[in-house]
Amino acid sequence: MDTNGMDRRQFIKVSAAATAAATAGVEGILAARQAPAFAQGTALGMLRWNDFVPASDELLKKTIIPEAEKALGAKITLETVNANDIQPRVTAAVQSKSGPDMIMTLNNWPQLYEESVVDVSDVAEELAKKQGGIYEQSRAVAQSGKKWLAVPWAIVGLTIAYRKSLFEEVGYSKFPETWEQYRDAGKKLKAKGFPIGQTLGHTFGDAPAFSYPYLWSWGGKEVEKDGKKVVLSSKETLESVKFMVGFWKDAHDEGGLAWDDSNNNRAFLSGTICASLNGASIYIESLRKPDQYKTAKGAQMRTDIAHAALPKGPAGQFAFHVPFSHMVMGYSKNQKAAKELLRYLGSKEVFDKWFVSQKGFAVGPTRDWEKHALWKEDAVMLPFKDAARLGRAPGYAGPAGKKAAEVLTKYIITDMYAKAVQGMSAEDAVKWAHGEIQKIYG
Amino acid sequence: MTPRPDASARRAIRGASGSAAGLEAVLPRPGAARPALLGRLLEDERSLAYLLLTPTIVLLALFIAYPFVLGVWLSVSSATVGVAGHFVGFKNFDKAWNDSIFRTAAFNTFLYTGVTTVFKLALGVWLAVLLNRHFRGKRLIRAFVLLPFIIPTVLSTFAWKWMYDPTFSVINWGLWKLDLITTRINWLGDPYLSLISVMIVNVWRGVPFFAISLLAGLQTISPELHEAAAIDGANAWQRFWRVTWPLLLPVTMVVVLFSVIQTFADFQLVYVLTGGGPANATHLFATYAYQIGVGTGLLSEGAAISLAMFPVLFLVVVLQLWYIRRVETR
Repeated sequence: MDTNGMDRRQFIKVSAAATAAATAGVEGILAARQAPAFAQGTALGMLRWNDFVPASDELLKKTIIPEAEKALGAKITLETVNANDIQPRVTAAVQSKSGPDMIMTLNNWPQLYEESVVDVSDVAEELAKKQGGIYEQSRAVAQSGKKWLAVPWAIVGLTIAYRKSLFEEVGYSKFPETWEQYRDAGKKLKAKGFPIGQTLGHTFGDAPAFSYPYLWSWGGKEVEKDGKKVVLSSKETLESVKFMVGFWKDAHDEGGLAWDDSNNNRAFLSGTICASLNGASIYIESLRKPDQYKTAKGAQMRTDIAHAALPKGPAGQFAFHVPFSHMVMGYSKNQKAAKELLRYLGSKEVFDKWFVSQKGFAVGPTRDWEKHALWKEDAVMLPFKDAARLGRAPGYAGPAGKKAAEVLTKYIITDMYAKAVQGMSAEDAVKWAHGEIQKIYG
Repeated sequence: MTPRPDASARRAIRGASGSAAGLEAVLPRPGAARPALLGRLLEDERSLAYLLLTPTIVLLALFIAYPFVLGVWLSVSSATVGVAGHFVGFKNFDKAWNDSIFRTAAFNTFLYTGVTTVFKLALGVWLAVLLNRHFRGKRLIRAFVLLPFIIPTVLSTFAWKWMYDPTFSVINWGLWKLDLITTRINWLGDPYLSLISVMIVNVWRGVPFFAISLLAGLQTISPELHEAAAIDGANAWQRFWRVTWPLLLPVTMVVVLFSVIQTFADFQLVYVLTGGGPANATHLFATYAYQIGVGTGLLSEGAAISLAMFPVLFLVVVLQLWYIRRVETR
């Protein structure tokens, strides 16, 4: 009985793999060493960003994806594009109902495409269950009610990269814990020609990653938990804006109003600033070219870099990291296989390889990855280990839904501070921002 | 115009053109009706005209009319990415009108277009007059002048971004070395200066288009007219103002028309240099429409912002075409 090119033994093997996949997920596939029957010959397309750690993209393309093709029996095409080009691609794909089966998203983008994605709750819940629970920020951006719109992939943690020696020179052997201390250190260092470098421009990463947690740390928020009552205009927000005006003038590089996500990397590595909120890319680059980046005293820059969380405000200490997740598109004809691939990529055995290649630049979406041996390798990267715990999603205290996404993409919170440091009164800046947010929440 | 022969005369001509052809015309056979019909259609000037116009009409309908109509529909609907939406009237336009960022973008777009067009025209005319003279290496210089226009916009804009860099600006470095400044100029960080900086790049990129087009116009002006004016005692300025400029005006109007349309809908320069920042100081219609339509997924609102450009551009086109027609028929 070999009419379909499959003998009895092969049939049993494939059936076993399919049954294993259905009952035990990726472990089943890995254990059976055979692709599930439904995925045989399937072609899957995946769109991701150009990783800031090129080695990870290489690993995906040369090792992980070919292995996944073998394990799932599917032909997988991985395409990588600039992060800023993902949204136009999603829009075009959704409107034309054709394109990659899976698309990577940043921040709370999944909320924008809720009607166009497949419910991936089964994959996400399984991931949460097996890997110690998904971080709140990843959950908030990828979940609508109980439904998962995307499967959390990783979080790029943002902490302050700072020059140890410079802070020591002005009396801070330990990184400032409060905004007042940070302003004091920054003021002293700006006088020495080493201001703090921070963007308040229109750039998707570093700008909101600073302005949102800064606002929260003072007790300000855009909307109440009900997601309806706009409460930005408050005593706390006003205080935060007033403080920022002086803080900016005293301690910051004023060019930051025009910076994008890469300016601070260049400024830091060329030794013109003392600190900047960033992913670990500054430090990773200094490790890559130790003899190229040096301090004014001739030491390798990498030896003078440390990381710390954003300082505390009157209401606490927060962070806004960049969570990444994968959506399975509603127009995909291979939704089952796409889910299976995400299950495979998120499994501990496979994700571990990618996680290691990131060297701490991105952390896992779940708490289990805080326990990884990688964190013992380099003490400088240690602050990234549990940085995701402090993460909050845009829209706080309301949901991180479409309205929060509109506030974020219009840069209203960032611009509130930018307007104030450019000369608008703090009261008017808050009034303007409150008015704009009110129009969005209706 | 040659009078058209009537149908019976044409049949007679076909019949007389050879015995075989004549037989074909007389004897009916299966399938002959269609070629005859096609032949009649092709021979009829009216239907032939429609037939020849069809590819153009199809192309225009597919690539101009359909997107435009779809854009109009989106602007009066509640469509978002992946959601078809329903008719909401002028709600999106109303929301845009009450949006302070939209107003800033509208003001910026008018200012940006107005200021840059004046500069591009003035510099373009000046450059064209200079390039119209005879000097050694004329052809090489003319080719070089086109460079800003030839280089892909995104690429040259990235070069400008580096030149405006808050930390490493080569312009600041040069000015500082010349003792002209003591502190850095925040080219893209200052709300007023940032718009001026963007305008400078637009003028830099647009001047070659003006210069080369106007140069072509200048070369159609007979030198005899200048000689005659010179003999009559006109000085250089009078020769330009009384002879060159009036003859150059129709070309200038066409060039300005194209430039206004392109500048009004400019996107790449601002997107690369500032992303509309700082604090929306450099947002234009196109960048804001993109931010809302693609960045936020609100296709309908993005379309409404985009369509806000249409009445202005339509008016500009009508006025200028009317003027050109008037000049031509004078």
